Amino acid sequence: MSERVAVVGIGQTKYTAVRGDVSLPGLVREAVFRALEDAQMTLAEIDAIVIGKAPDFFEGIMVPEHSLVEALGAVGKPVFRVHTAGSVGGSTAIVAASMVEAGIHERVLTIGWQMQSCSEAMWALSVTMPFQQQLVAGAGGYFAPYIRQYMARSKAPDDTGVLVALKDRQNALKNPYAHLHEHDITYESVKESLMLWDPIRYSETCPSSDGAIAMVLTNERGGDAAAADGRPPAWVHGTAFRSEPAMAAGRDQVSPQAGKDCAAAVYRQAGITNPREQVDVVEMYVPFSWYEPMWLENLGFAEEGKGWQLTHDGVTAMDGDLPVNCSGGVLSSNPIGASGMIRFGEAALQVRGMAGEHQIDGARTAVGHAYGGAAQFFAMWVVGADKP
Amino acid sequence: MRDVAIIATAQSRHVRAAAATNEVELIQPVIQEATERSGVGRHDFDFTCSGSSDYLAGQPFSFVMTLDAVAAWPPISESHVEMDGAWALYEAWVKIQTGQADTALVYSYGKSSPGDLPRVLSRMLDPYYEAPMWPTSVDVAALQADMAIRAGVTSEKAMAEVAHRSRTAAASNPHAQLTSSPEPAELLEDDYLAQPLRRHDCAPITDGGVAVVLAAGDRARELCDRPAWIRGIDHRTDGHHLNLRDLTSSPSTAIAAEKAGVAAGPVQVAELHACFTHQEPILRAALGLGEDVTVNPSGGPLAANPMMAAGLIRLAEVANRIHSGEVDRGVAHATGGHALQHNLVAVLEGEG
Repeated sequence: MSERVAVVGIGQTKYTAVRGDVSLPGLVREAVFRALEDAQMTLAEIDAIVIGKAPDFFEGIMVPEHSLVEALGAVGKPVFRVHTAGSVGGSTAIVAASMVEAGIHERVLTIGWQMQSCSEAMWALSVTMPFQQQLVAGAGGYFAPYIRQYMARSKAPDDTGVLVALKDRQNALKNPYAHLHEHDITYESVKESLMLWDPIRYSETCPSSDGAIAMVLTNERGGDAAAADGRPPAWVHGTAFRSEPAMAAGRDQVSPQAGKDCAAAVYRQAGITNPREQVDVVEMYVPFSWYEPMWLENLGFAEEGKGWQLTHDGVTAMDGDLPVNCSGGVLSSNPIGASGMIRFGEAALQVRGMAGEHQIDGARTAVGHAYGGAAQFFAMWVVGADKP
Repeated sequence: MRDVAIIATAQSRHVRAAAATNEVELIQPVIQEATERSGVGRHDFDFTCSGSSDYLAGQPFSFVMTLDAVAAWPPISESHVEMDGAWALYEAWVKIQTGQADTALVYSYGKSSPGDLPRVLSRMLDPYYEAPMWPTSVDVAALQADMAIRAGVTSEKAMAEVAHRSRTAAASNPHAQLTSSPEPAELLEDDYLAQPLRRHDCAPITDGGVAVVLAAGDRARELCDRPAWIRGIDHRTDGHHLNLRDLTSSPSTAIAAEKAGVAAGPVQVAELHACFTHQEPILRAALGLGEDVTVNPSGGPLAANPMMAAGLIRLAEVANRIHSGEVDRGVAHATGGHALQHNLVAVLEGEG
């Protein structure tokens, strides 16, 4: 009970609109074998597999992990499927970590994946159900009014979202796995892009991607062994998820209580009392540009109403003192079921010093964050270069 | 490992079609009943976990709405699996093992009636080679039954006897959907649904749900007179592709049974998630259960089969018998996928 947990392997596919060259098992195996190579392990050494993805309707396959079993070498092993809205990639990693933490398994492979090219996600999310509020036009249509409310409350300049999108897409140029590599992007090109759901423009919204990420989690012994072999692990310092109902009297969808509670829980576990000072780099779930300032406030990196100032002051840029989404974030790659785990994995890559061109020098403590549903499901972890 | 017990359970009255009752309305009273029985305040659970299926609900992220059935305001620590609720219980058990929780609420539900369930379940098959042929869940089970009969694991007569015994036993189960059965000889006069399966060999289509409360150590003893301790729990999967599996046995159940410690003591009762009559002898063999073990005294899935809940119900049924003092040790089994692909085994014991 209460084993330390280390991330010793991370593998990602190139994120892209259509991965027509591989099957579903082929896509997943690509990420899995890269993670195993990083961990210097084989599938045979894996004790259990924890898989997450967004709704099965996206590929039109009910519980597809059943038909991935042979491809994952999982015959005779435990395979566990998590499903918790957009936060699922984060939740999945947390469930995997808890199996190691509890001392039940020593080496757990966790996978987040989605092949969105199999369908049109926006409409797959917009089915009409009797007696239920309609989503109408996907997630953007749902979240736009809350962004407008944030703008009204905070008096943030209108171009805050433009700056976030420009920064994240420019960061993505340093990440070979990112879906969007927009070499010609400029402030003007973002600002002049089509308005989809006012105030969210085309260039301020996430793409629809195919892709997978896998991570190998192990206990203290495994983490120490990797470190001794010159392969730095990322140590898990805290994990938390929090949920609240889609509709509840007094619920604030601009800065949800569940997000605040989730951050407080994970900081408490990690011994973080001043996140702005103690956290070196953040991978947060920003599918629409304006969610950067909104989450900066929700997660305690900025005072309420002041998150946009960090964006405008360049604090969240790669050369700022709180870099956010150096990988390009969800705005540059969004295989939905994987997106949360990509945030967790990118946070781990930073503290391992293995993020390549988008590495922040000397990153010791990183936060990974994911959210989902009607901004009501939150999953976070804190990872560090040092053992907790 | 920490000592963790099931301290309370509740089930819906399982029915063929819950009609205009939606999933939230179906599961909310069940959650309330289990919560009240447990003595844990509705806002006091350290963790909540549920299991359900988007494909049954016909809606992506269908569990989001069902969160309205629990007290999730102020926010709670919560998770969801796209598996039977038995695996939601497993996740809650893991959470308690980490020391981050001492109590947990687990629930699952399924409303299969709005769709054509056997055809919906065909979507679980491999999308490249098997699903395009649209074999239903009954078709796949019939292949397994045919192989089991040829291998001498069972016979059509033995299968009819399982159906008769299960549904007759269900007469004493207030939650069951089917509570009586014609004699086996009469059942065998029926036409085949998919040879060698007749209607009586198949679990009914059911709407329903279940809720279970877990507590650790002294908290369990304080809240429950006779906690049903989870002495072992494990789950394993077999391969998927039908041509690569020996469908007449269940190797993954055997591994899970060994890891859970089924053989470490006498088994008085076993609740098996066998949705087709021929699967009972396959599971008995994999679990190493002798002829003296009472199987499915509740009637089992053949008497009520709410998808995504029927596995967790097996754990609840064994726990109920331990709570009442009727038995000291029992085994619960849950399954997922076609033809017993993925299996969970738990050993429950009373104190002493």
